Amino acid sequence: MTSAAASPKPLHPGLNLGPAHGKANMEAEPVVFGFWVFLMSDLVTFAMFFAVYATSVHATAGGPGNAAITDLTSIAIQTGALLISSLLFGLGTIAMKYDEGRAKVAGFLAAALAFGLVFLGFEIRDFMHAAEIGAVPMRSGYLSSYWALVGLHGLHVTVGSIIILAMIAQIAIFGLRSDVKSRILRLGLYWHFLDVIWVGIITVVFLPGAVA
Amino acid sequence: MNETFLLGRLSLADIEPLKLFQNPDISTAIGSLASWVVIVGAIAVVALLTVKGWWKPLFTEWLNTTDHKKIGIMYLTFAGVMFIRGVLEGVVMRAHLMTSYEGGFLTSEHFAELFSTHGTIMIFFVLMPALIGLMNLLVPLQIGARDVAFPKLNQISLGFTAVGGVLIMLSLVVGGFETGGWTAYPPYTGAAFQPGPGPDYWVWAIGLSGVGSLLTGLNFAVTIYKMRCPGMTFMRMPLFVWTALCTSILLIFALPPLTAVTLMQALDRYLDFHFFTNDLGGNMMNYANMFWMFGHPEVYILILPAFGIYSEISQTYSGKMLYGYTSLVLATMAIAVLSFTVWLHHFFTMGQSAAINAAFGVATMLIAIPTGVKVYVWIATLWRGRVRLRTPIVYLAGFIVFFVIGGYTGVILANPTINFAVHNSQFVVAHFHNVLLPGTLFAILAGIYTWFPKFFGFRLDETWSLRTAYLFVIGFAVTFLPLYVLGLMGYPRRSPAFDDPTFIPYVIVSFLGAVMLLGALTSLIVSFVVSVRKRDELAVPGGDPWDGWTLEWATPAPVPEWNFAVIPEVHSRHAFGIEKMSGNAFSFEESEIEAIEMPAGSYIGLAIAVFGTLLGFALVFWIWWLAALSLLVMVGYGIALGFLPNRPIIVPAEEVARVHKSWADAALGERRTRREDETLPTNRGYAAPIAGAHA
Amino acid sequence: MSTDASTQESIKAEHRRELRSYYWGFAGAVVLTAFSFLAAIWQPFGPFVAYCGLGVFAVAQILVHFRCFLHIDLSSQKREDLQLLLFTAMIIFIMVAGTVWILGSLMDRMM
Repeated sequence: MTSAAASPKPLHPGLNLGPAHGKANMEAEPVVFGFWVFLMSDLVTFAMFFAVYATSVHATAGGPGNAAITDLTSIAIQTGALLISSLLFGLGTIAMKYDEGRAKVAGFLAAALAFGLVFLGFEIRDFMHAAEIGAVPMRSGYLSSYWALVGLHGLHVTVGSIIILAMIAQIAIFGLRSDVKSRILRLGLYWHFLDVIWVGIITVVFLPGAVA
Repeated sequence: MNETFLLGRLSLADIEPLKLFQNPDISTAIGSLASWVVIVGAIAVVALLTVKGWWKPLFTEWLNTTDHKKIGIMYLTFAGVMFIRGVLEGVVMRAHLMTSYEGGFLTSEHFAELFSTHGTIMIFFVLMPALIGLMNLLVPLQIGARDVAFPKLNQISLGFTAVGGVLIMLSLVVGGFETGGWTAYPPYTGAAFQPGPGPDYWVWAIGLSGVGSLLTGLNFAVTIYKMRCPGMTFMRMPLFVWTALCTSILLIFALPPLTAVTLMQALDRYLDFHFFTNDLGGNMMNYANMFWMFGHPEVYILILPAFGIYSEISQTYSGKMLYGYTSLVLATMAIAVLSFTVWLHHFFTMGQSAAINAAFGVATMLIAIPTGVKVYVWIATLWRGRVRLRTPIVYLAGFIVFFVIGGYTGVILANPTINFAVHNSQFVVAHFHNVLLPGTLFAILAGIYTWFPKFFGFRLDETWSLRTAYLFVIGFAVTFLPLYVLGLMGYPRRSPAFDDPTFIPYVIVSFLGAVMLLGALTSLIVSFVVSVRKRDELAVPGGDPWDGWTLEWATPAPVPEWNFAVIPEVHSRHAFGIEKMSGNAFSFEESEIEAIEMPAGSYIGLAIAVFGTLLGFALVFWIWWLAALSLLVMVGYGIALGFLPNRPIIVPAEEVARVHKSWADAALGERRTRREDETLPTNRGYAAPIAGAHA
Repeated sequence: MSTDASTQESIKAEHRRELRSYYWGFAGAVVLTAFSFLAAIWQPFGPFVAYCGLGVFAVAQILVHFRCFLHIDLSSQKREDLQLLLFTAMIIFIMVAGTVWILGSLMDRMM
């Protein structure tokens, strides 16, 4: 495809590969821009779940509220795991940009995936604990919105993890081909974007429970 | 309810066609007959494909294509099929209402099902796909691109849209649809009141097709942002591209609330969550609020591209430059942004404070300003132009007259105090049909007339097209204008019967109008059949039957797969018009033509359509194994795409040059058609430019 | 040769700069998260200030993420992305604030 409107110096959100990467760098611009549009749209979806959560805070119908289900230590661990994972992914994309070898890139991705799984493990543990004390989503409007919002983020992390796995496989099979590079750039945007959502979740869902 | 592993909760009692043989009452018989129409229609299509030997081309040229033009045609075909069903349902409803003074031949349940499917189909599966189809056909050509930014994604969008349509068609045959209107408000559509498959059909048809619409928005926003040809600055884009851009932005930001609301409704219905239930802290007002955060921008998703089409045809058929291009662009953007600030006017009576109602009422009235600007611009464009009374101008005239009425009643409804009196009455029904028919439907029909020759290589028969247009315009007026009066007389909407005999004359007139609309639909189909038969006489190989000025006319008809032999470079808003005037339109350097890289075909869209439908159907009937399997196939295919080789098709330069040369040579030899002769067989698509039109 | 060497040098400098950006972003995110947790747990100035603090730290942290991880900045080259982000923020503000306003009013009036 000729992209006639492409500027001589393509630039997009996330790490830019730079002119040394030639085709991969040129083709990244519209593709990453499109992915950025998707993320913005996804952000609005999350905003809806946040809005419903905000309107349901008091709709506990006599069931367990926020304080009963929030374990701040676990949340702190989850936050740490997600941040470390994000940093590792970032370092992986930098390794890709400066041609430090596919093993190193795949290694960083695998490490990022490992911390993502740590996050998911603790999140599942929290959900199981909530279910044990009867804080299931069927119990009240509040718990429905809680499970849906936190669960939607968890689902995104799960999907991201599967795609990281697929990308590691692609690096192993194809090496750092230009389309593989472009996909890793987009996956990076997605992975960092989930952190931003998580900041919203701890601020709106978990920490206010501790304040109250 | 009996559930089996293999078939979930599907049982013989859900199979509508069987009901015809079980001594049904008239209402059930009509439903059952309708399901037979679907079955016979499907068999007829299969038979036609077999007899004509079209199976192979169907799979190798259409279902695997990533060509934006073919995808656009498939969108329009899909919309056309759904349109037939939507119109028939409308006529059945009007017939019922004519006889419904203390009765009527349909049961209340059946009537409710009819208006629910009618609304859902007309909005999601007729108007939206038809407009998206036109966007597909026109946007890449008008901005001088070879395709959209993501051709494969475009195919995936079509696949998701098809899922929704097929599911709704299936609901006619198996299980029946919901009865809560196209908005499907809970708790009435919740598991407690409608445990059956109907609301689940709605959830998955809307939810899955919504994904397709969202991806379309993304695709076109990126296409318009990043794929414009050299010289095509924003302020040189044709008006239709502008409206397509604003529509794409609306799709990107308005579909997420719909996705969220269908997801939550699904969680409520399947997993016993309490988002919108009556008990345990559920709040159905959250549903209304979120649904209309999508629903109002949706109204503008339906009308903005129509405005774009009217802008193009008012210019083309009056041979006069669009008056006030800049103000049209600004008005379009203003409408797009304002449309996010008015959603509450769909539920003024829900019980929030007067201050909130006032704020949203004022915001709603503000939209009338940019819309008014637009109407003046179209009138000013026609004013003292050399208007030719072709079919699109009939639609445009009908639009200007009736849309203004629809707009005024919109401002009336925007006043919360009046709204309290007339909400939920036939007045509202009159209002939205009044904006959607003259606004969107007429624009689509006018657009099809105008651009049909571009993609099929022959014009539509003028006589039958004119008949269709007059029937649609008059039929609309006769059907829907009486409903304003009925609404003010106190006739509630969605009511299956009435007990006030003074309504009777109005419902009779309205039914006669519906018969005219049915005639219009028939005439539309006849116009296609007649045109196909006369295609040699109507052929326009030159590709420019109406003296168009924008880039899509600078190509042969039908347009080659690669659109442009050489990516054009534009220097003005009327790139092709000015080239024709200066006589450079068909000159080209053979050395400039290079081999063209086109994306390879793919079956991902087809896979999405098939397995998405299976997924939706399985979820509706709780056939969990099939749902899991379908989801797995879709996700697996998606991941596998990254591993499959993706080799583009190279079209050799000689082939491109040959096609281009034969077109350009013919253009130099043919006699140019003057505008007064454009409906004659001598119009071969080489237009004589109108002197002084670009001043 | 000398231009090659200077290119090499500038690539190295960019490499260092980009690594630094990630490390700084990570450090900033950790510190701001810690502030948020401390504000919620200790509440040195009462619950109201704690809530405000949570909001401020969250916005600051989101800005850090956008700047250091997603590389959105104010340079004119990336204007389209920034415009899109700001437009999204506006739409989200309209939708969320509107929802809270409307549903809040409904809840008040049902009490």
